[in-house]
Amino acid sequence: MKRALPIVIVLIAVTVVLIFLGITFGRSSGTVGIASGSALPGFSEHASTPEQALSNFLQDVQRRNWDRAFASVERTSDTLTQQAFIQEWIGTNGGLRSFSNLEKYEARPLHATDSEAQMRVRMQWTTPVGPVDDVRDFKLAHRGDQWKVVWDHTPPPDVPAQVVPVNYLRWDLVSGTASDEWGSHNVDSPHVRIVSMNAVDSAEGAVVMGEVVNEDTIPAFVNVNATLVDGSGNAIDDESSFDKILHVLLPKQVSPYRIDFPKVSLGKVKNVRMDVKATLVPASSDPVIGVMNQKLEQDAQGRSVLRGDLLNQSGQTVNIPHVIASFYDNNGKVVWVSDGYVQQALLPQATQPFAVEVPKSVAGKVQNFHVVVNQYSLQKS
Amino acid sequence: MSSSINTACRSLSGSLYWTGLLAILFCLAPASSGQDGNLRVPSGAVAGQPFSISTSGSGSATFYLLGPSLALKRDVQLGQEISLTAKQIQSAGRYVATLCTDTCSSAAFFVQAGKPSNLTFLVHPSRAPVGQPDTISGVAFPFDEFGNLIFSPATVQFQLASKESNLGSHSVQTHNGVAWFRTSSGKSAGAVQVSASLNDVIARRVVQQVASDPCRLHIKAQRTAKGIEVETEPVRDCAGNPVPDGTVVTFTAKNGDQISTVDAPVKQDIARARISAKGPMVISAASGVVMGNELRVGAQ
Repeated sequence: MKRALPIVIVLIAVTVVLIFLGITFGRSSGTVGIASGSALPGFSEHASTPEQALSNFLQDVQRRNWDRAFASVERTSDTLTQQAFIQEWIGTNGGLRSFSNLEKYEARPLHATDSEAQMRVRMQWTTPVGPVDDVRDFKLAHRGDQWKVVWDHTPPPDVPAQVVPVNYLRWDLVSGTASDEWGSHNVDSPHVRIVSMNAVDSAEGAVVMGEVVNEDTIPAFVNVNATLVDGSGNAIDDESSFDKILHVLLPKQVSPYRIDFPKVSLGKVKNVRMDVKATLVPASSDPVIGVMNQKLEQDAQGRSVLRGDLLNQSGQTVNIPHVIASFYDNNGKVVWVSDGYVQQALLPQATQPFAVEVPKSVAGKVQNFHVVVNQYSLQKS
Repeated sequence: MSSSINTACRSLSGSLYWTGLLAILFCLAPASSGQDGNLRVPSGAVAGQPFSISTSGSGSATFYLLGPSLALKRDVQLGQEISLTAKQIQSAGRYVATLCTDTCSSAAFFVQAGKPSNLTFLVHPSRAPVGQPDTISGVAFPFDEFGNLIFSPATVQFQLASKESNLGSHSVQTHNGVAWFRTSSGKSAGAVQVSASLNDVIARRVVQQVASDPCRLHIKAQRTAKGIEVETEPVRDCAGNPVPDGTVVTFTAKNGDQISTVDAPVKQDIARARISAKGPMVISAASGVVMGNELRVGAQ
């Protein structure tokens, strides 16, 4: 015990010195005007600048230190409760945000005066479907000797209590028994056809995209595969559409698909072999999701995006809506397929905004677009 | 004779262990010259029907019989008939009978399949859109009661019938044990029974004839307090069959550079959707690769 005590004292002293150095010099290598997230755990600097205030706030959010994060904001509405504030960050109803973590952020000042400032923050979330970027503008106000984040409360959609009759079709599957005579109870796979295909080079590699239609009268689980073949007939790479397709296609439904071949140039490709696989699955035509007010426009960062609102016309919560959009040129050819996950759950009879990006290289060619919505509901999985 | 023994040797290569030993015995035995008259095999044996093999001479001998699913050994008296039961001769095909005294003699014979007892009948597809040429096909294989494919030519009668009427028939003779047909789908959606019959044996399958692509997709719209309620007229194919419930109709409403779309399923022949966008609209509909009409709806 007598020997251990000096060692403990030395360790504590070294830790305190390191903490002090971290606080004092830790931010010195950052770009001027850009706040990015990292500080010693449990410590926040005094919010003497808007950047510092926002950084402190986002660090608290990142660490889920909700008491302090909520205490540090200036509320514009008395109706904002801490619970509502937390739910806005961590999501509700099994939405994608409920399974996400704020990985990092990058804040840039848009404008600032002595009394108020506006910052644009690019937040990167880790989610089960991969990293998701979110850009959000924050308003900050100078109060006393410190800056505070002004929090505008976005109330959740106010949907009146109602009964929504669900009377859409559902398809179930009955498998034959092993004792059935061979060939007596066959049910063919759904008939699905690729109606268009286009291969382009992108910054990340080759991309094969197009549209597929279920020509049958029953639902189909669809996957599109493509193999790139070189001049001598050898396969260069083969990939599938993975999540860039509406997998369950109802009768006569059309879905875009996109197959990415990272680090492959189309210059080496002589031929593309396409293969669509369709299997019979149980399915339901509910919920119906409308895609309203779709419009191509520039976002705050100058990128071309397709924005719109998803409207859940059914009585069922869609936990994770997934938007897939195909973009056409003036000849009706598919020139790009984009997709994006909506982070908040889509409640019955409610709307939820979405935005998917269109690359600069194709934005000028786009004349038309078509959006489909993939829906993941926890009660179904 | 020597060639028949050699053939037997080859045919035994995949048999059971003791069957293999018998085969070795045959292979080692000299091709008989003076013993051929010892064994008289039947010429028209039929699977599942008992028959006898006559022998000549006197004394005892060992009889071996090898067939597609049979290998037996029996001590016999020469000059007597060797009886084979129906159970022993159930498989059609080539058999080799061997009789051994000091030397061995062999004879091969064929057992034909019996009378048709079962028709294996495959029909494709299980669902066929109406009005499609050469879209339904069927193939039938006749088998006897022991599961032997019947190779001798026989006439199979294929018939297609819906609930209301007989849609046609085809008489096809089997060739190498197979008969098949191909035909166009009818004009009406619904179940079609396809049957294949050979003598009194019959096999039935059902093909579901389904509506083809929608034809003349026509929509109407009405403004309500919640937006625009748009619906199709009853959606039918070009032969007048209603498309199945659940068929997706995509409604698209354009207002300048803004677009709203709803994928709505058909229910009781009609697809309905609510479009919440405001202002004057041009609304169109499509189902699969079929386009419908366009409607202009004024601002509220």
